[in-house]
Amino acid sequence: MWEPMGDGKKIISLADNNILLWDLQESSTKAVLSSSAALEGKGQLKFTSGRWSPHHNCTQIATANDTTVRGWDTRSMRQIYCIENAHGQLVRDLDFNPNKQYYLASCGDDCKVKFWDTRNVTEPVKTLEEHSHWVWNVRYNHSHDQLILTGSSDSRVILSNMVSISSEPFGHMVDDDELSDPEDQHQEEKIKEPLQDSVIATYEEHEDSVYAVEWSSADPWLFASLSYDGRLVINRVPRALKYHILL
Amino acid sequence: AGSGAGGSPEASGGTGGTGWRRPHGPLQRYYGPSAAEAAEVAPDPTDINGPHFDPEVFMNKVRSECPLGQLLAREAALGREIRALDSDMQTLLYENYNKFISATDTIRKMKVDFRHMEAEMDDLAANMAAISASSARVSAALQDRHRRGAQLAGVQALLRKLQALLEVPGRLRRWAGTEPAWALRCYGRARAVLRHYRHLPSFRAIEDESHAIMADLAQRLRTRLREEKLDPKELTECVEMLLQLEEPPEELSEEFLSQAGTRLEAELAALETELPVPDPSGAATTPPPASDILDFVDRGSSAFVGTLCQLAGSYRSLFGEDTGRLEPFAAALATRYFALLERRLALERGLGDTSLLVRALDRFHRRLRALLELLPAGATAAAELVARAARERVDRYLRALQTFFLGCLGDVRQALAAPRPPGKEGPGLPDLLATLSASVLGQLKAVLAYVQLFTARDVAFASLPYFKGEFCVTAVREGLVVAFVRWLCRTARGFTDGPAEKGAPAAPPALLLLLARLCLDYENSTISYILTLTDEQFPPQDSGPPVTPGPALCAEARAAAQRLLDHYVQVQGAAVAQMLRKSVETRDWLGTVEPRNVRAVMKRVVEDITAIDVQVGQLFEEGVRRAQSSDSSRRAFSVYSSSRAPGRYAPSYTPSAPMDTHLLSNIQKLFSERIDIFSPVEFNKVSVLTGIIKISLKTLLECVRLRTLGRFGLQQVQVDGHYLQLYLWRFASDERVVQGLLDEVAASAAHRCLDPVPMEHSVVELICERG
Repeated sequence: MWEPMGDGKKIISLADNNILLWDLQESSTKAVLSSSAALEGKGQLKFTSGRWSPHHNCTQIATANDTTVRGWDTRSMRQIYCIENAHGQLVRDLDFNPNKQYYLASCGDDCKVKFWDTRNVTEPVKTLEEHSHWVWNVRYNHSHDQLILTGSSDSRVILSNMVSISSEPFGHMVDDDELSDPEDQHQEEKIKEPLQDSVIATYEEHEDSVYAVEWSSADPWLFASLSYDGRLVINRVPRALKYHILL
Repeated sequence: AGSGAGGSPEASGGTGGTGWRRPHGPLQRYYGPSAAEAAEVAPDPTDINGPHFDPEVFMNKVRSECPLGQLLAREAALGREIRALDSDMQTLLYENYNKFISATDTIRKMKVDFRHMEAEMDDLAANMAAISASSARVSAALQDRHRRGAQLAGVQALLRKLQALLEVPGRLRRWAGTEPAWALRCYGRARAVLRHYRHLPSFRAIEDESHAIMADLAQRLRTRLREEKLDPKELTECVEMLLQLEEPPEELSEEFLSQAGTRLEAELAALETELPVPDPSGAATTPPPASDILDFVDRGSSAFVGTLCQLAGSYRSLFGEDTGRLEPFAAALATRYFALLERRLALERGLGDTSLLVRALDRFHRRLRALLELLPAGATAAAELVARAARERVDRYLRALQTFFLGCLGDVRQALAAPRPPGKEGPGLPDLLATLSASVLGQLKAVLAYVQLFTARDVAFASLPYFKGEFCVTAVREGLVVAFVRWLCRTARGFTDGPAEKGAPAAPPALLLLLARLCLDYENSTISYILTLTDEQFPPQDSGPPVTPGPALCAEARAAAQRLLDHYVQVQGAAVAQMLRKSVETRDWLGTVEPRNVRAVMKRVVEDITAIDVQVGQLFEEGVRRAQSSDSSRRAFSVYSSSRAPGRYAPSYTPSAPMDTHLLSNIQKLFSERIDIFSPVEFNKVSVLTGIIKISLKTLLECVRLRTLGRFGLQQVQVDGHYLQLYLWRFASDERVVQGLLDEVAASAAHRCLDPVPMEHSVVELICERG
């Protein structure tokens, strides 16, 4: 995993039960291992996935092994927080909220997607149970973090609108100075009530399990999904919702 | 005078001519025939009895019609009749004359008698006159003496009165100490006279003296009233006497009330000592009260209420209907009494004896009636007290029911988890279910029977409007029965959330199944039964508060059952899936040898699924299964055939054009239905097992897709798949589901294989049959 910001010098790789932080030197093509951390415990522990947190000056990563999610500090390579029993069975994927600090989403084999506040890891902030089999992937939209994409082995891709825990629970806020007409002000007041979380759309074009979903980095309204039978489907966020969010 | 020769015309002849008719005939004629008869008969000259008889015509007719013999006979008859009539006539005449003569004799006699009576009447009149004259003389003579006698009598009465008056002070003095009532009476009688004759000095003296004595008496009474403790009767007497002595009634009423107040307070204090003092530090348990509640109420009612009623009654009789001061006084005391009673009720912990409680409340209510007559505002407070006590008891019952149910559940769990001695069968699930359900229902019925005591016919407060209406509906139906059913559903549902995820020991799957069946039974029959029972015993009113309808509860029970069953399927499915997952992940698929037999884990899976089938079969019925086609267990994997030899296709496609493997399998997938893995499960065995099998096979599929297989790994997967198919198809509702999933497993394995060379089908079958 590449470091999200900075000059692309650092990489993290997960191997079995070790986290390895590599430092790419500028000119050379060699990677030097700068630090590593190992997971202690009984049995054969294995990291299943990991993610770099885009906040805190890129010093945190989160990893998942079995049913636990752990957070690490890369400067000292020590564990910061640990969410036990995040999911009933394996945790398949994690993602950090790009706009809100401390918020993390995880998905697992109990067909649920859970949202956590890392400051209070005892209970999930929200749980989604829309899928009917294992959820393989969860992704936040890079700019509008209320849009969440999940792909699962029940061959469905679900786009959800998690407004209440996003960074803009009340819709687009406009400063009063910028408004000149009382008409616009009236409109702003109309959208001040919190919107409801909902499933925007379910995409069932795939015939087999969906193993990967991603948002496009060029256009924030475009996303792609890949399924076992080799089908790649590219979709857009419905226009009505897009305008609703923008305006 | 030719009368009635035969009555009817000649045809009837002279024979007898109906002898009985003869007297009637002449009499009728004499008195005049009835108009009808006259009209009927046409004027017939030949009719001897008719009015228009003409002898000439008759004779002519007869002579012409009748033979000689008949004529002679007729003549004889006529003669006879004439003679008979004559004799009759004579008899009548003779009788008439007789009667005339006797009447004349009688009248003559009467005249003679009357003449005698007149003479006697005159004598009588003369005598009477003589008597009245002599009596007048006698009374005139005695008049004088009479007057004098009356005068003397009057004087004597007066003298007696005067003597009584003179004795009054003496008597008063004598009685003032001992018998104040008599003194009062005496004084009352004398007072009016004394006042009237005040102007006479002797009378004045008497009056003053008696006045002084009475004042003294009043004083003594007052001190007595103020200082001593009197029982109600004495108090009443005292005050009554004082009233008669014309003391100001306001003062008296105040004194009365204060005395009464002290006495009642004393009684309330005595009651209060019965209650144990609540621990000021708030310790949880206060010692149980000394006597039971019935005694307490008894004592309270008889002592306090009785006294209060007595006092109130006497107050009323003494001071008239002015209850201005009485009401607040009584109200304050009554409130305190109620408060004490509530405290005592609050101490009634546990469900001891509801009948005792009901009796106590009943007694309380009954004794209170007299009090309530003079204190109508207290009625609501008393009714509320009783209502509160009843509600409290009902709440306690609800809690007891809940603990009982949890206890039963604990027993069931223990029975399920208990280690079984070898050779002995554990308790079957249907038995456990039956015991659980029966005991809960039995307990509920018992509780309802207890609560019904509150509305029994012979209980006084059952006729309060609260009990008839709101208690039945709100407290019992809603608060007890409906609340219990809802709580049951919630608790059952609670087994599905929470513990399994937090890692705490989850409920054993058998328990989940049991609870699911219980909820389903509840939805089907038990809820309606319970509600009907409740409605019978506590009839709801039409205009009462809204009632939860039965179907709503049934819907809740069904939802709980559905949740439980889904959870059961998930749990069992996860267990099997975990086995499969571990088996796939821990095996070295690249370097494995040629498969000789089915892997042990597959056999284990089949055994587990069979065991689950048996377990579910104990509680749920079979369910519908899709009819199998004839070659169900012998289907060849068409996917393999297409990947092996692209020239050989399934018979439905045209063999000419070469088609890509992927396209072919995708087209095939279009025609098969998408399988929903975690769909809600129906309430039958086949559906449950299908769900479990789907979950396990999907896991196998996903795990296989993550590994890379060698040739023999692929063959091993092939063998395992076939084995599973042989044994699992009979558990599923639709064998195509199993088939489809296993096909997917095989296809994915083929994709992941480095060298996809499947085994010969006959060899596969051989290995499976051997294993």
